Amino acid sequence: MMGGTSGLNELDDLYEAIILDHYRSPRNTAPVESPDIDLEVNNPFCGDEFHIQMKVDGDSVASVGITGRGCAISQASASLLAELVEGKSTAEVQAAVDAVRRMLKGEEITDEEADILGDIEALGGVRKFPVRIKCALLSWVGLDDALKEHLEKNS
Amino acid sequence: MSNNASRNFDVESIRADFPILNREVNGRKLVYLDNAATTQKPKAVIDALTEYYEVYNANVHRGVHTLSVEATDAYEVARTKVAKFINAPESESVIWTRNTSESLNLVAATWAEENIGAGDNIVITAMEHHSNIVPWQQLAMKKGAELRYLAHSDDGVLDMESAREIIDSRTKLVAATHMSNVLGTINPVKELGSLAHAVGAVVLIDAAQSVPHMPVDVQDLDVDFLCFSAHKMLGPTGIGVLYGRKSLLEAMPPYMYGGDMILEVSYEDASWNDLPYKFEAGTPNIADAIATGAAVDYLTELGMDNIWKHEQELTVYALEQFRGLPGINVLGPEDASKKGGVISFTHETIHPHDLGTALDQQGIAIRTGHHCAMPLVRSYDVVAAARASFYIYNTRDEIDALVNGLSETEGYFVR
Repeated sequence: MMGGTSGLNELDDLYEAIILDHYRSPRNTAPVESPDIDLEVNNPFCGDEFHIQMKVDGDSVASVGITGRGCAISQASASLLAELVEGKSTAEVQAAVDAVRRMLKGEEITDEEADILGDIEALGGVRKFPVRIKCALLSWVGLDDALKEHLEKNS
Repeated sequence: MSNNASRNFDVESIRADFPILNREVNGRKLVYLDNAATTQKPKAVIDALTEYYEVYNANVHRGVHTLSVEATDAYEVARTKVAKFINAPESESVIWTRNTSESLNLVAATWAEENIGAGDNIVITAMEHHSNIVPWQQLAMKKGAELRYLAHSDDGVLDMESAREIIDSRTKLVAATHMSNVLGTINPVKELGSLAHAVGAVVLIDAAQSVPHMPVDVQDLDVDFLCFSAHKMLGPTGIGVLYGRKSLLEAMPPYMYGGDMILEVSYEDASWNDLPYKFEAGTPNIADAIATGAAVDYLTELGMDNIWKHEQELTVYALEQFRGLPGINVLGPEDASKKGGVISFTHETIHPHDLGTALDQQGIAIRTGHHCAMPLVRSYDVVAAARASFYIYNTRDEIDALVNGLSETEGYFVR
């Protein structure tokens, strides 16, 4: 560790300002009326659980609402996800989920993907804390599965 | 139980026996407070393992050669030490298993399989570890028996009034934890045992959290089965104990079939070896059994009364310090005399995993999650909890480090 009296300096890698901001003030928490996608995701090992609702209008996400409880990482990650997907095409959402998965695995992402992710790149700090990667992916994986199912049903 | 300690209880000299306590974690001196999950190992236990493999490694109960005789002697001496440690009337009532879970499963698959039927009931508490819930759930489903739960108060004290109602003439088994791994509650197992015996039921005690920390006397408690693990009492992982009342063990069918557990085998049939070997099929975990003997020696030298006293002092101190912490809520009894050295807690806004990660950055190891007791943790309307648990080598300074670490964590997340 690099000096400092607090043992918590290193924590800033995990809890970047943007993460703490989304944790404290989660975005898009309002319920969605007559959602096309409505699912609960949970990780019984942490007790984390999120309720994800999404209205899909043709090829794009019209609105999204995510509520739930969990650790700072899972809550911030859910909020970042909600913020990202609103107004995006379903293909863009799927590409973003794929990029986040690869980023957390420590794989390279392209500059274009980095542009799409924006703030979400802050989640990359989780890589240094492998036991917390599941927290970051919880809502993303749940939404991805549900979206896939929805698109298959409607294709 | 008398105090047979032959060594002064001096924490600094105890700490010197544990090589791992010298290491640093994230640049800080390790503060190990996850003892209810597993304890650290003193040099004496590590040396016992090494010595077996370096000096007299051989299979037991087989050869006539010197190494096999030495290994067999050491393996059986370790069993005798464990028997004496829990005051078992005879050492053949002590069966080596892999861990507490296997001890419980052994009883479920043999005694319970033969003695519990449709319409019977099994009584357990609502504060059990999964390993003392799931085997009985499965058995009850299979047999058409009923699984009944003994309730406890919000502060984690068992409701003995309801125990008197729930335990009835169809009760075949009362299975309870001696000390809750989440709440720390010490349960009145002797009283539960007399309620069970009064209706002809058998009493089984999950002693995984009690045997390492306090004097436990199976004859005084008058229990039929007692299960515990070596790794929670300075011993190695992969070895545990089932104590059983001899008359019950003798009547039980074997758990596994194979080498060492047979007396005679023909092409058509086989007969079973005597206790304890009937329940120890195959080459046993020789090295770890021997090292468990070394762990028992270490604890006995310190004296279980002294160990209990030390942990009580730490628990009283920690509970006092916790009261001054903003946002922290302690689960379980507030009165340290009703509990062992386990403090589970939540923070009103900070998730246990964030607490755990932040404390780890300060070198402090605690447990976070559901503690293998999901129904219990959920009954407190929390998703997970953090837990600090103490042992012989922990100090007040370490509790101060924890409390300070929690304050810093609070400062970090709640600004």
